[in-house]
Amino acid sequence: MIRYLLSRLGGAIPTLFIIITATFFLMRAAPGGPFDREQILAPEIMANLERAYGFDQPIMTQYGRYLKSLAHGDFGPSFKYKDFSVTELIRQGLPVTLLLGAIAMALALIVGIPLGTFAALHHNLTADYATMSLAVLGIAIPSFVVLPFLGLLFGVYLHWLPVAGWEPGSIRHLILPTVALALAPLAYIARLTRGSMLEVLRSHFIRTAVAKGLPLRTVILRHALRPALMPVASYLVPAVASIMTGSLVVETIAGLPGIGRYLVQGALNRDYTLVLGMVIIYSTLLIGMGLAVDVLYVWLDPRARHLKGE
Amino acid sequence: MSDLAVDAVRRLRSNSAAITALCVLLLLLALTLLGPWINPNSLQSIDWSHIAAHPGTQSAHWFGTDRLGRDLFVRTLAGARVSLSVGLVASAVSLLVGISYGAIAGYFGGRTDHLMMRVIEILGGLPLIFFVILLTVIFGRNELVLFLSIGAVGWLTMARIVRGQTLSIRRREFIEAAVASGARAGRIIVKHVIPNVLSPVIVYATLTVPQIILFESFLSFLGLGIQEPRASLGTLIAEGAAEMEAAPWILLIPGGFLAALLLCLNLFGDGLRDALDVKEGG
Repeated sequence: MIRYLLSRLGGAIPTLFIIITATFFLMRAAPGGPFDREQILAPEIMANLERAYGFDQPIMTQYGRYLKSLAHGDFGPSFKYKDFSVTELIRQGLPVTLLLGAIAMALALIVGIPLGTFAALHHNLTADYATMSLAVLGIAIPSFVVLPFLGLLFGVYLHWLPVAGWEPGSIRHLILPTVALALAPLAYIARLTRGSMLEVLRSHFIRTAVAKGLPLRTVILRHALRPALMPVASYLVPAVASIMTGSLVVETIAGLPGIGRYLVQGALNRDYTLVLGMVIIYSTLLIGMGLAVDVLYVWLDPRARHLKGE
Repeated sequence: MSDLAVDAVRRLRSNSAAITALCVLLLLLALTLLGPWINPNSLQSIDWSHIAAHPGTQSAHWFGTDRLGRDLFVRTLAGARVSLSVGLVASAVSLLVGISYGAIAGYFGGRTDHLMMRVIEILGGLPLIFFVILLTVIFGRNELVLFLSIGAVGWLTMARIVRGQTLSIRRREFIEAAVASGARAGRIIVKHVIPNVLSPVIVYATLTVPQIILFESFLSFLGLGIQEPRASLGTLIAEGAAEMEAAPWILLIPGGFLAALLLCLNLFGDGLRDALDVKEGG
């Protein structure tokens, strides 16, 4: 078990390293740079700027330098947000993004799993069709359409919740963005749970549990749920990816001070270090999630302990 | 048509949700293609007497106008045309790349397969949208790059599905017979492998189109995709979201159109999957 996890960790680090390296060199290979302005700078000033940021060095030296500072947790200076280092920007924004993502993920799981189970228990009845129609709706409609609609309804017309903005510690400002963000993974989780629950409910051990007179609630909670959650567990990594993607627009629309908008701004401004830092943070989160799912798998399916222990 | 195909069509026809979706989809497509002939307003012309006008049949602007007095009916349909063409072209690119990559990896197996799957694993380590954003940083913002980069990242799942299917048929007798009769690998892949993996490919391709339309409008929404004065549904939604308190229809009309389009494509794809009896995820 531990050896299996160590081998997975051993696989994750080279992957991250390749992503960092590829991103670094691809961005440097691109024509244009962060100092391109409409107003052309004097060559001396350009040279000074490039020297200040180390661009006059050979590219391999720059790469080595970047990796070295990265190992110290320093993502380098931002080119557009003057006076800020990328590390500072991340330290400010990451908690907001993580909070938003964690609540959305929790919401998706807490609502999605019971909803899918509910639909499976009412297989081919109206309740099943209604839930699954809602699920298709949730999967099909993107968060950047849902959030303005919700804002219009609950903010502009009903005045129940703020449309946008952020106050530290204010839950009210987070409700609409997290709901919009959670909707797609929630719908997908409901669909996955329903499908696998239907399969599990047909299996022999469930028939045995029902036959010995256990109440339905016990059958579901004690016996059916754990195996039925396997597909949901393997969906967790794509779910995190979907929430990360969604948070880019949701933060922009709702005016939340997370790191999502830095990636977009960085891309528009060709702010190399900022984009690189964001890519590193996001891929680390995703790879970390992948490792967490591996642990979860072993807990959900005891067979995996033997298969993967070898 | 083979018996299997007849069977699949029969199953599809008994799925009322999928058929309704297909009908609405065809209607939306017809509207999108015929739009310029239905409504006389042009894409760029500004109607100074109707700035941010309400939707209605009193004026020539059935869906109202935007903040600059441009007709929303025409703009929404033009945006839908852009979104749909990006969706189709990029899906075709991803289909082509995904099928060949997956079939080659699955057919040759061994070290080739291992290496090719490793590449997919690394590429899959990042959300796809980040690649597209990176590519727009590298190559600048233009539409050709947008088409190619979305297509270039959309093929990963397709390649995985085709590889899995190929692996499962690689040892079958008809492949063996083809090898024994001296056919080259390229010919076997094209003639024998690909035709036999088509049903999951068709299903996944139908589900790729809405995903790619979503990508494109997402990028355009963020200002990284289609640029003014051209419009896609994503840019129209972004414009609408900025005006939603004063003129909600500028948001609701393109937003509703995109939602309907994606919903129908998804419903039809789901119906097709059930009809062809393909397991989710290949």
